[in-house]
Amino acid sequence: MNVRESAVFAVRGVVANKLRSALTMSGILIGVAAVIILISAGTGANRSITDQITALGANTLTITPNSTLAGGRNNQSRNGGAAATAVNSGTETRTSQLTIEDAEALVDPVLAPDVGLVAPVVSPQSITATMNGATHTVTTFTGTSPSYLTINSNTVQAGVPFTDSDYLGRRRAALLGPTVAKALVGGDGLSIVGQTVQFNGVAFEVIGVLAGKGSQGPQDRDDVVIAPLTAVRDTLASYGNLSSIAAQATASDRVNTAQDQISAILVARHHVTAADADFTIFNPSSILETVNTVTGTFTLLLGAVAGISLFVGGIGVMNIMLVTVTERTREIGIRKAIGAQRTDIVGQFLLEAVLLSVLGGSIGVVIGVLVGSAKIGTFQLVVAPYSIVLAFVVSVAIGLFFGWYPANRAASLRPIDALRYE
Amino acid sequence: MTRPVIELRAVSKVYGSGDTVVRAVDRVDLVVERGDYVAVMGASGSGKSTLMNIIGCLDAPTSGRYLLDGVDVRRLDDRRQATIRNRKIGFIFQSFNLIPRTTALSNVELPLAYAGVRSGERRQRARAALARVGLAEREHHKPSQLSGGQQQRVAIARAIATNPVLLLADEPTGALDSHSTDEVLALFDALNASGRTVVVITHEEDVAAHAHRVLRMLDGQVVADERTGAGTGR
Repeated sequence: MNVRESAVFAVRGVVANKLRSALTMSGILIGVAAVIILISAGTGANRSITDQITALGANTLTITPNSTLAGGRNNQSRNGGAAATAVNSGTETRTSQLTIEDAEALVDPVLAPDVGLVAPVVSPQSITATMNGATHTVTTFTGTSPSYLTINSNTVQAGVPFTDSDYLGRRRAALLGPTVAKALVGGDGLSIVGQTVQFNGVAFEVIGVLAGKGSQGPQDRDDVVIAPLTAVRDTLASYGNLSSIAAQATASDRVNTAQDQISAILVARHHVTAADADFTIFNPSSILETVNTVTGTFTLLLGAVAGISLFVGGIGVMNIMLVTVTERTREIGIRKAIGAQRTDIVGQFLLEAVLLSVLGGSIGVVIGVLVGSAKIGTFQLVVAPYSIVLAFVVSVAIGLFFGWYPANRAASLRPIDALRYE
Repeated sequence: MTRPVIELRAVSKVYGSGDTVVRAVDRVDLVVERGDYVAVMGASGSGKSTLMNIIGCLDAPTSGRYLLDGVDVRRLDDRRQATIRNRKIGFIFQSFNLIPRTTALSNVELPLAYAGVRSGERRQRARAALARVGLAEREHHKPSQLSGGQQQRVAIARAIATNPVLLLADEPTGALDSHSTDEVLALFDALNASGRTVVVITHEEDVAAHAHRVLRMLDGQVVADERTGAGTGR
């Protein structure tokens, strides 16, 4: 009696009771599908968050002033950091500032060897673009240096980016995001290149249209205007503080050291301590690590919950196999009387259990992958290949595990008792 | 003569203990030679079924010695006993005991499959066995599509498929009408005539009339053992 023979008997056993087999399989099916779908949801969530963070820029660091610095905390810092206040006037400690000089100081091959490009940023709020009667409120208006385009991975799809000479020459030139360009001239918006747009009444020449970056969640990353910092300061923003400083590490594995170097320079310039800094360095890659840990745990939790339903499905298989063994006691007796070995009987019933769970598991994998590839609203589920293998292997293992006891019970029946069974 | 097919020496089967002890088979000595046709008769509770279970290696005797075709069965483990049942004994039951929802051919192939015969040869031998009982053209019928007599003939085909030394039938005609009974008994006669050893357990005199030798059991003991000269057929 070989495995193929046993398999034929097992298939017959499954087919003989179609409804019962289908119901038993559905337990495993739902379990496997649930594992794949929930892990897909976890993976999708992770991917979505990762994409949003990565979209903020590769290897970038964003330094922002701590605008929410409270008075009480300042007093504490004044008392604690006596050395800093002794040298400086109270106003400098109180008002957190980022200046263009701060930005320039970060370009320092000795103190900050891991910092590559640095771009000062001002972001005047409530900027309305008008042109030939068309108006559009710009979500993000950025005055910066040409380095920003590299740091922020901005390219132009029409026209040219602005240059250092535009920057130094205070040229009133603007790069429009596709959303802004389309809103003002319609169509694909590219015809706006070379024309003049009024921003809050100040004329800027459009020298290029940025390549589209698409939306990230609710945020339209194409609703932007980028112009030279110098010209923006002349017209739309004050000469005061920067909104932020964008910096880029020389390599992806230097981001954390670059952050430390920037922090050290600014701490020294602002006469504060690192623990009480008046600025914040936003480091997407370190946040990414945290997010990955969190979503990893989250995914594991979802998978574990789904695993419970798979386990319940396994108990269903065992239940039905026990019923089957009882129901077929007489058949087992006949088989033993005509010479079936214990292993033949075990093999037949074990294979039947595995067949049930594998069939259920296979259909579950198909359903899991179909649902796991779906998009719910803007949320894209992502099927993790490992989850398919895992769910399938576990379903086979469940068949073996939960089939073992009923199969052995069948094989242990004494032929004389089994034959008498009615 | 060659060694006997069945050799029982003081075989007993005892159930229970103390006051409630029941000697289902009580120190039975029995030798059945090769090619013989033996009927075991007795009323219900005479111990004939227990004796048949012991002879068929379905049950182990409490004491005594049992040699089946020269092999001491008591010393064998489960695995070897299964092999003995498969190779040396062909069972025929009162209730046919075919596997349901399985074709006649597959039922006959089953003992060959457990014997490890390869599928080509197995099919051939199963067909030959079905032809021997006159059911060659019914090989794809399932038990539910066959009459009682036909089912019993499939069971006989299954019993002879592995070419065993002993055919062991337990009330083989108990569930059959007289016509089917005649068919089945004629088949036993023919099989015995071609050299097979047949042991039939029965309580019907006309079934026993086909045998060459009739044992009568009472309270677990063989009380009569007579050889009937006019054994074959009516």
